[in-house]
Amino acid sequence: MNPEVLSRLQFALTVSFHYIYPPISMGLGIMLVIFGVLYVRTKEQKWRELSFYWLKIYSLVFALGIATGVVQEFEFGMNWSTYSRFVGNIFGSLLAAEGVFAFFLEGGFLGLMLFGGSRLGPRLWLAATAIVVFGAHFSALWIVMANSWMQTPAGYTLQQTPNGQIAVMQSFAAVVFTPSFGARIFHIFVSAWMVGSSLVLSVSAWHLLRKRHEELAKSAIRVALPVFAVLAFLQVFVFGSWMALVVTHYQPTKLAGMEGLWQTTTCAPLYLVGWVNQSTQTTTGIAVPCLLSFLAYGNLNAPVTGLDAFPSDMWPPLQLAFQAYHAMIDLGMVFILIGFIGAVYYFWGRRLFTTRWVLWLLVATIFFTELATLAGWWTAEFGRQPWIVWNLLKTQNAVSPTLSTTDVFLSLGIFVLMYAALFALFLYLLNGSIQRGPEPLEETEHPTPLPDTFREIFRKRPRTDIPAEVSV
Amino acid sequence: MWLNVVWYVLFMVIVGGYLILDGFDLGVGILHPFVAKTDTERRIVLNSIGPVWDGNEVWLVLAGGALFAVFPFVYAALFSGFYLAFMLVLLCLILRPVAIEFRSQRPDPRWRATWDWVFFGASAGLALLLGTALGDILSGVPLDAQGNITVSLIDLLRPYPLLIGVTTIAMFTMHGGLYLALKTEGALQARITGWLPRLMLAFFALNTFVVIATVALRRQVTDRYLTQYWPVIFPAAALGALILSASMLSQRRYLEAFAASAGVIALLIVSVAVGLYPNLLLSTISPSYNLTAFNAASEANTLAVTLIIAAIGIPLVLLYTSGVYYFFKGKVHLERESY
Repeated sequence: MNPEVLSRLQFALTVSFHYIYPPISMGLGIMLVIFGVLYVRTKEQKWRELSFYWLKIYSLVFALGIATGVVQEFEFGMNWSTYSRFVGNIFGSLLAAEGVFAFFLEGGFLGLMLFGGSRLGPRLWLAATAIVVFGAHFSALWIVMANSWMQTPAGYTLQQTPNGQIAVMQSFAAVVFTPSFGARIFHIFVSAWMVGSSLVLSVSAWHLLRKRHEELAKSAIRVALPVFAVLAFLQVFVFGSWMALVVTHYQPTKLAGMEGLWQTTTCAPLYLVGWVNQSTQTTTGIAVPCLLSFLAYGNLNAPVTGLDAFPSDMWPPLQLAFQAYHAMIDLGMVFILIGFIGAVYYFWGRRLFTTRWVLWLLVATIFFTELATLAGWWTAEFGRQPWIVWNLLKTQNAVSPTLSTTDVFLSLGIFVLMYAALFALFLYLLNGSIQRGPEPLEETEHPTPLPDTFREIFRKRPRTDIPAEVSV
Repeated sequence: MWLNVVWYVLFMVIVGGYLILDGFDLGVGILHPFVAKTDTERRIVLNSIGPVWDGNEVWLVLAGGALFAVFPFVYAALFSGFYLAFMLVLLCLILRPVAIEFRSQRPDPRWRATWDWVFFGASAGLALLLGTALGDILSGVPLDAQGNITVSLIDLLRPYPLLIGVTTIAMFTMHGGLYLALKTEGALQARITGWLPRLMLAFFALNTFVVIATVALRRQVTDRYLTQYWPVIFPAAALGALILSASMLSQRRYLEAFAASAGVIALLIVSVAVGLYPNLLLSTISPSYNLTAFNAASEANTLAVTLIIAAIGIPLVLLYTSGVYYFFKGKVHLERESY
């Protein structure tokens, strides 16, 4: 175990653990915005109860997202200093922009979102929530720009300095809108929304199984199920396919590795499950004939470039890339099925709310969506190896030269122990919130009306002085 | 070249913004087990920073991001060279939000007491580590010709840096105490204001030691002070702000006292920046290996793009952050969603 291998392990561990939470911040955030809009429009108390309930869970998830997120920014410099020098001009700018534009928005308005329910009127509270959720998406946008630059670098020139080669920014627009950015950001937003809606589905289905908070659970499912079902369909047939096209075009080695395609083949098959045999250079499993050719080129007979076209030291870790990719696409297809079953049982006389096996299926969904979204990232990152920046810098050359094995062993040990403890506590507290369920709100919670427009906050007079306004 | 100078200044502004804003969060974290006796008091103290601590911490994230983008050679050398020290910083940064969030999730007193001490430890630890890191930067690090620092954790924990670390704890505790005086009332406020004169005195004494030690050891950072004299105005102004803060405190004008304490922190950072400029990292091997605003910076294009980003973003941030502070102004009252 040298510092490089340990650093790879540590980064993989910390970034994977972090990425459990941001999809929920985005996806559950969208659910909260929908609940908020429904309350503002209908004034039905149930939407307010759902908002308060899910906000408590949101705040727990957000805290872990913040706590584990800052680790990444430090680790680039700590473990990958050669990489940091190489990409600082470009990657650093995007990270700084993420901080200025997105993190402040989230951090600034999070207080209003979490503590605003009893201080703000419903419209302003919704606005604060919407701003935090927008901030979460905006943050993802910048970091995905940065990641996309590592996958398909553009808008740079290479320059020699006394401390090694660096990439210098030539065009900000080209750096920001690299060829893989568009496909990737949509793919990621949709996956996050699927995670958020499936969390609501799972918990609500659990409450129905327990015969508790049934009316609220049904209302929540009525919102979350259509979102999930439609997105599951779009993810596979539109956004996932688009992403695959981009990989085919710009990272053919990665595609060949993800699919375990050893020889350049016309009518290339797409595996459903399989195993890559490195020694015999074959892939065995159940495959749909010609589907890969169709997905990659829209033509059943198109040739797809195999691993034989590239030197073996340019291959990604084949088994890892293959299994991560197939876990993702298989789950993607399962999600379409779950959405379909849910819709059928809903429209078939609302049997969804009483059919126990369907409810159990929904309960399980959150684990699968989280796994799928992680598998997606593993595919992207394993598939990019041996490069840290595609075709420019190898991961093995990016590590900090000053690290000792003991250093990284210690830090990795601390992360493993601490993250295991945090995850256990997170699940324990989350489970507590889920088992308790939503708390009923008192009918007249606020004898004095809360400020509900911008002007009411910043004027000195109490709201009672304001003439009755025309309510929408 | 002017871009490098502007970014040097702006970077120090961001660091100052972090120290002023998260400084009082950390101070509140350090003080709370001692000044707040009951669960309700603890909750009041925690909720005084509840709506704002996350936004304040973003200044640190921004400082890291700006360093990465604008002075990547410093970012790479510092973070990899101070590896285990930054690992400890991360430990504190992870535990702080977790402690404040987890605490309120269960009513059990032992659960709450445990997280209170975690919050205290993470806050005090972060203040100590950041101060010590500053002390190491002021005394210079073994930075080699390739721009790498090779140093063990023990070598970073020498008396001079640790003195600055302890002084930072005192500074944040004072700053956080003044913030709490502003946000609390009754017996809790009386207890806090009872502590404050002692905290101010402790900070004053420690900071005087720091100044004496820095001058006595004739470190590179004092050159400009000892040859040109005019920079002395900044530490002198910091002392003036401290006296002002104490005087405002004795008149129970807590907002003014807090603002003056923010001024102390700002002026101390200016004093440090004036001593260091144009260096960012001093090499103990050879001054020619120093990393400066010029030899450690990104190319002009990146500096310009990031400056535009900052020029658009930071005024907006200041605008809505002030709005949020205005909204949560006044004494803390517990609500159903409070921590």
